[in-house]
Amino acid sequence: MARITTLSEAIADAVHDGDTIALEGFTHLIPHAACHEIIRQGRKNLTLIRMTPDLVYDQMIGMGCVSKLVFSWGGNPGVGSLHRFRDAVENGLPHKLELEEHSHAAMANAYEAGAAGLPLAVFRGYIGGDLPKVNPKIKRITCPFTGEELAAIPSHRPDVAVIHAQRADRAGNVMIEGVLGVQKEAVLASKRQVVTVEEIVDELPQRSLNAVVLPHWTVGNVVAVPGGAFPSYAAGYYPRNNSFYKKWDDIAKDRDTFAAWMKENVLDKGPEAFAQYARKHQAAAE
Amino acid sequence: MADYKPAEMMTIAAARSLKNDDICFVGIGQPSAACNLARLTHAPDITLIYESGTLATKPTVLPLSIGDGELCETALTTVSVPEMFRYWLQGGRIKVGFLGGAQIDKYANLNTTVVGPYDKPKVRLPGAGGAPEIATSCGEILIIMAQGKRAFVEKLDFVTSIGHVTGGDSRAKLGVKTKGPVKLITDMAVWEPDPVTKEMTVVSIHPGVTREQIQENTGWPVKFAAHVSETPAPTAKELEVLRELHARTNRAHAAA
Repeated sequence: MARITTLSEAIADAVHDGDTIALEGFTHLIPHAACHEIIRQGRKNLTLIRMTPDLVYDQMIGMGCVSKLVFSWGGNPGVGSLHRFRDAVENGLPHKLELEEHSHAAMANAYEAGAAGLPLAVFRGYIGGDLPKVNPKIKRITCPFTGEELAAIPSHRPDVAVIHAQRADRAGNVMIEGVLGVQKEAVLASKRQVVTVEEIVDELPQRSLNAVVLPHWTVGNVVAVPGGAFPSYAAGYYPRNNSFYKKWDDIAKDRDTFAAWMKENVLDKGPEAFAQYARKHQAAAE
Repeated sequence: MADYKPAEMMTIAAARSLKNDDICFVGIGQPSAACNLARLTHAPDITLIYESGTLATKPTVLPLSIGDGELCETALTTVSVPEMFRYWLQGGRIKVGFLGGAQIDKYANLNTTVVGPYDKPKVRLPGAGGAPEIATSCGEILIIMAQGKRAFVEKLDFVTSIGHVTGGDSRAKLGVKTKGPVKLITDMAVWEPDPVTKEMTVVSIHPGVTREQIQENTGWPVKFAAHVSETPAPTAKELEVLRELHARTNRAHAAA
């Protein structure tokens, strides 16, 4: 049974120093508010897994929460670099960052294998390139039936999965719509879960018979954080704030500007600060 | 003749490489502009697929990110990312993959990982994304990249995704059954692999560009095909549709 709680309690309960955690979202439904709470609670030595580390991982890396990153594409989509990520890799600031680097296909397969309770993911990939030379976890495996050589990597089994979704009901059943990414797999592969949602409703709305619903007994903690994906988006609630993604380039480029932005917008604020973004776009739509 | 920029010629030449019945896996940025230009001009029925899971999407503005809401709202359907990579890409359903990169070599291998050594990079680039498996699982590959000596290099700092590897039959010898790069479209020329050596070879030069300029912006001795043609200049219609697409996109991104 999911626990419907506050964000600070959910993070305190589920996320510990040294954990391996996956905050997922494929440009859609990225859990920004939950990331900020992890930073506020000062978690350290985290191993972060994510297909597309973007602003939230840039923020956690820049604030010194992260010792290792398992990923396949680290950038600000359509804009350019993640400057705090680059500072960590190129200059070891604020401290050294260990990388375990994959392709998208490998990461997606590893989450799916984790959800399926398998120790490894097998797929046709990593042929001829250099990633297997720098990542010792990429191995070859021979199909016992055809003799075809395939790629194998360990499955993802994060300690904690953190996602954002549109809605949950009062029992904690979570419904996700739109670009789904790997969130369902990340949740089912993880030991503990934190799910933030735009709203908690008496009953999930009328939906397709095949709607993506995570039953309440698969999600440990459910928290209502309206606007909690901003500047990412929540389909049906508010659009992606592309202009903020462009602004982030200037904010994160300089260490002092970054630190000042984080103090003003993260350290000195709480999850309720996100509500203005949910409201703003609702008002604009009226 | 209409006045146009080299980048516009590049996008337009790339769009012309796509056919109405293509099923295309689209990268963000330049590939996305070219694919949507094709859809809005000569290839209205082209199937565009983005790795966020959107199948047969018809965006009215170009997405800034690969999972913008616009892609999902205008798609035939949206599948999960594991399904996208397993059933659709690995399953062999996608005819054309459209890639770009930070560095390319003469066999159209691509680097999007690092400039300099991997352990102590001069520039840490975003990384592979979908490229390694797009490069080997799609029926064929188109590449779009602006030319310059830092991008067109003799030796890649890192091979993120393979093209024709070391030339000849080296790609097939790795067990890869797909064609690999069939066309490289730049702001100066169109290149295709030599049928035997697989070295990328200039087959068409954009109007006003010289062979010397192409060589000056390439880090290896350039091979020109026996018969090099001139790329037809952009038509007024192509330019109009491309500029309207960019203007709509800029307005939408500034407003959000």
